Amino acid sequence: MKNNESKTNITKEVVEYVARLSRLSFEGKELEGFRQQLAGIIEYIEQLNEVDTSNVTATTHVLPSMKNVFREDEEKRSLSQDLALENAPASHNNHFTVPKII
Amino acid sequence: MKKHFCSIENFKNWADSKSGDPGNLYSDILDRICELDKKVKAFGHLDSADILKDKAKDSAKKGFLTDVPIGIKDNICIKGRKTTCASRILEGFRPPYNAHVIDKLLDEGTFLINGANMDEFAFGSSCETSVYGPTKNPWDFDRIPGGSSGGAVAAVASSEVIAALGSDTGGSIRQPAAMCGVVGFKPTYGRVSRFGLIAFASSLDQIGPITRNVSDCARMLEVISGYDNKDSTSVNIDVPNYTESLFSEIKGMRIGVPAEYMLPEIDPGVKKRINEAIDVFKDLGAEIVEISLPHTKYAVSCYYIIAPAEASSNLARYDGVHYGHRSEQAKDLIEMYIKSRNEGFGKEAKRRILLGTYALSSGYYEAYYLKAQKVRTKISRDFKEAFKLCDCILTPTSPSTAFKIGDRIDDPIQMYLSDIFTIPANLAGLPAVSIPCGLVDNLPVGMQLMAAPFKEEDLIKCAHAFESNTEHHKICASDVNSSLETAD
Repeated sequence: MKNNESKTNITKEVVEYVARLSRLSFEGKELEGFRQQLAGIIEYIEQLNEVDTSNVTATTHVLPSMKNVFREDEEKRSLSQDLALENAPASHNNHFTVPKII
Repeated sequence: MKKHFCSIENFKNWADSKSGDPGNLYSDILDRICELDKKVKAFGHLDSADILKDKAKDSAKKGFLTDVPIGIKDNICIKGRKTTCASRILEGFRPPYNAHVIDKLLDEGTFLINGANMDEFAFGSSCETSVYGPTKNPWDFDRIPGGSSGGAVAAVASSEVIAALGSDTGGSIRQPAAMCGVVGFKPTYGRVSRFGLIAFASSLDQIGPITRNVSDCARMLEVISGYDNKDSTSVNIDVPNYTESLFSEIKGMRIGVPAEYMLPEIDPGVKKRINEAIDVFKDLGAEIVEISLPHTKYAVSCYYIIAPAEASSNLARYDGVHYGHRSEQAKDLIEMYIKSRNEGFGKEAKRRILLGTYALSSGYYEAYYLKAQKVRTKISRDFKEAFKLCDCILTPTSPSTAFKIGDRIDDPIQMYLSDIFTIPANLAGLPAVSIPCGLVDNLPVGMQLMAAPFKEEDLIKCAHAFESNTEHHKICASDVNSSLETAD
């Protein structure tokens, strides 16, 4: 995978853009490392283009017996506020606390 | 207590012979686990006080599995017990509820040993991406146990626990089971509820049992299977009595051998064991059928679009707000998201989030994600055609035996290829099992059997017939690795 970066176009900017979408950030050597690995993986994955998929439906449910599941819109017991907040890094007055937004 | 337990039955006989305070039994079991685990490192975290406290609260429900120590992979939620996915971002997380399978095991009165090591968020095939460091293969401590359920599997192979629950998204139960010489079963998608399994790739994940033999596997499967309205992909059909299938005749069964799985890359030793296994089935009166699964070579590519895509959206929830790690360094909300995730996720998790986000991003969605879901349809169709000609499909579980720790960690593609034979069953939602079929240079080889959806019985039947007529499952890690012996 070291010599096969030529065909794909995974530039530094692409990795930075995708990192931003993912709420991650990298720079320097780490960024270049991910760039090379992603380019290698995507190059490998592009063999999927060999498969003729015209007139093929994309899988949505893996087994044909599966359908969307509906239930009555009834009120039900859910987690208590205390339990839901138990793992919160910070909370105040029954709310999750976050750093300032504006 | 030198015993190397080789089955649930074997353990129960031993436990029954110990009279007196059950509290002593539990601490004896736990002491033994702690002693062995210093070497094997099958558990990322082991909180004896927590484990014993929960067992003491147990309302003494009795079933076949009562008091049997069962290892639980670190991504299956147990109420109030640390469940971290071997990650930093879920460091210290204690779920507020039980996974469905945990409730089922508690109904049987089992002794739950949580914290079985794994690759971070199940992203890996070697257990090396764990924040706790790698688990050792009980057969050879210099080697990986396989992954991602490597800890759960190593705990069973070293007989720290008698059985375990793992999760399998692309082979994460079967591949390590093969590499550690135990039985690992991935049920049909929808057979076992995923409620309380921390999600990796929701259209592929299934929970399954890891055991020392096929009859224990059938027992465990019976306990954890069945409909659950809290998982919308759980399938509401009857669960057969798997233990009854154990002794069914396999004469006349058609076992398919796909030409596409006998790749030149397969270790010649592995190939030899698989061919011997095929001969065993012939001798048992099964009919061996040559079949073709023409899209096999695309399965890994297909998987490495779909799984990271689903993972990247499942992992979006880790933002430092509701639970898990929060960075102390952030001045505002967006910075808090980024820094918490940067600090909390390991390298492989970041790699997969990037890959998945790329595949789903505007302009690439059709070229990658949609294309992969179409190829997935073709892979499923291959199986559908194949199952017209055969009842089960036999393949190697992995192309090689366990590799050395560190050998593939910086080469993602080589790492991904160790799952080449297990991935197709996840893509097509099929049940599949890996069972021991011999050794190569004192390392175990696994044989995989796959069946049509909801035909778990056929797998149990074939696997048990094979096991009953061979000696492979009787050789255990402690026979070749004397450091697994514990003090009396």
